Amino acid sequence: MDYSSVILQLALSGLATGGIYALVALGFNIVFKSTDAINFAQGEWVMAGGMIAAFLYQAAGLPLWSVVPLGALAVVALGAASERLAVHPLSSPGPMLITLITIGVAIATKAAIMLTLGKAPAGLPAFTGSTPVHIGGAAIPPQALWVLLTMAAVMVASHFFFERTLLGKAMRAAAADREAAALVGINVGRMVTRAFMIAAGVGALAGIVVTPITMTSFNAGTFLGFKGFSAAMLGGLGNPYGALVGGLVLGLLESMSAGLISSAYKDAVAFVVLLFILFVRPDGLLGRAAVSRV
Amino acid sequence: MKRAGFARNRVAFALFWAVILIFPALAPNPFIVNLGVFWLINLILLASLNLLMGYGGQISLSHAAFFGLGAYISGVLSAKFGVSPWLGSLAAIMVSAAVAALIGLPTLRLKGHYLAMATLGFNAVVSVLFVELRGLTGGPNGLTNVPSLELFGFSLSGDVRFFYFAWLVTGVVIVLILNLLDSRMGRALRALSTSEVAAESMGVPVFRYKVQLFVLTAAMAAVAGCLYVHHINFASPETFDFMASVMMVVVVALGGTGTFWGPFLAALVYVGLPELLHAFEGFEVLLFGVSLVVVLLFFPSGLAGLLRPRRARVESRPREPRAVPRLSERRP
Repeated sequence: MDYSSVILQLALSGLATGGIYALVALGFNIVFKSTDAINFAQGEWVMAGGMIAAFLYQAAGLPLWSVVPLGALAVVALGAASERLAVHPLSSPGPMLITLITIGVAIATKAAIMLTLGKAPAGLPAFTGSTPVHIGGAAIPPQALWVLLTMAAVMVASHFFFERTLLGKAMRAAAADREAAALVGINVGRMVTRAFMIAAGVGALAGIVVTPITMTSFNAGTFLGFKGFSAAMLGGLGNPYGALVGGLVLGLLESMSAGLISSAYKDAVAFVVLLFILFVRPDGLLGRAAVSRV
Repeated sequence: MKRAGFARNRVAFALFWAVILIFPALAPNPFIVNLGVFWLINLILLASLNLLMGYGGQISLSHAAFFGLGAYISGVLSAKFGVSPWLGSLAAIMVSAAVAALIGLPTLRLKGHYLAMATLGFNAVVSVLFVELRGLTGGPNGLTNVPSLELFGFSLSGDVRFFYFAWLVTGVVIVLILNLLDSRMGRALRALSTSEVAAESMGVPVFRYKVQLFVLTAAMAAVAGCLYVHHINFASPETFDFMASVMMVVVVALGGTGTFWGPFLAALVYVGLPELLHAFEGFEVLLFGVSLVVVLLFFPSGLAGLLRPRRARVESRPREPRAVPRLSERRP
């Protein structure tokens, strides 16, 4: 393989990983926008999506096409239950308190999945076979294309949802100004529940499409959550397009540093770049440049 | 009023600390004494994090990284290069403080909680270094054969002996924190955690104090790291990973952010926690997650809030440090 096709290969695999990070980051951003809190349960929802879909496929014997929506719906229900039980009852919900509570939710979710679905890694077959697709001089597994397709579809759908539908606009209004939104008749509390549900669903989809490539297990969520959060930060927290850019950039950074520098230090390289971007552009790549320096 | 409160804390602390001295005599076996040592080390970690979070209003997600820098720098210097553990500890504390300044200077200048974001990335970098610099750190298997501390040819290696040494160091750190809170800087910190703008306009050098506070608390975490590594003669990278930092923030909140006694309770919770969460099996973990949610839901001011008399509780509700400025504030 010549040098340019190595670069192409690294770029493609980086984009596929980045697609997953972007989806997880989108979940972070949706909850962040509506509560100003960092949702530590996001990564566990990604893991739960993969684990539940794999369980439905392997143990319950459901067809592959059906476990994708079923797995995602199960996690949407999990997200709704988490919000209703753990966040909704708060008398004075502040971002810090919600963030801390989601850490408890994350630990409980992870433990519940481990106790019910076991500690063994679980996998799913690739959606459309495993014959690599050749693009230029590079070969990528078809499942990586499914990841990118899912990411693109979710990004377009979320753009449409938040820009065009009444519910999406109501959620944005509640996020922008709780009091004003409540005055025009929006049930703000319910919008927060919806945000958790959508974030859970997006996370679960990411977990399901990536499971055929990486497998999953009860302890895979923390890592994915961490990467997704970093991607969200990189792009600009709360900015849905930032999730897309941040996820893809982080994926590319990791894959390039693993391929060209050292795979042992890929995380370190990625995070040094992330720190650097944070120092230079504190609001993220796509953030508003309105940060005032004290 | 405030001063009276601090004077009361001083007297209570002095009494409590004197009582603690008999713990090794009462403990039925060395294992329990050892838990006592871990409690003391945790107390340094959590009291310093509480100083940063509860009083300074800054969130750090890399307290475990500074704990680890303290442990690894002193551990590697003494185990691999034969440097005296005392000199190694001194170097570790100074390097950790310098690194904290390097992280704090660019981020603390900004409004909002950029420190939290930068420290998150920093902890990730430090964790990778602990694992990958195999020749120095022993990689994922951990750093072994770290020598114990010695004082005039008198080894501080047994559980009981080390307990008294850790008791002394932790006591000094807590007294430092009490003095700091009672100083000009302490009052300035309380002011700036309520409103940076108001503090700034009253002439408080907000940026300088925030950086000093961050560097100081990172150095304290490094002190805890030195105690830790020369006590168990070993260090493993996972003790200092990102999740450890997150759990420290959680237990500080559980104990009661911005309360003097909160970290004492939090340190108790944190004694068994890392083992529980790293082994991660069984029903106990589920129970821990659920009880974390329940405590935060019903006692948002933490366990220490329960100890205070009702009147005082109403008088001084701990402020919740804001993770991020509200969206409405960010809009022009």
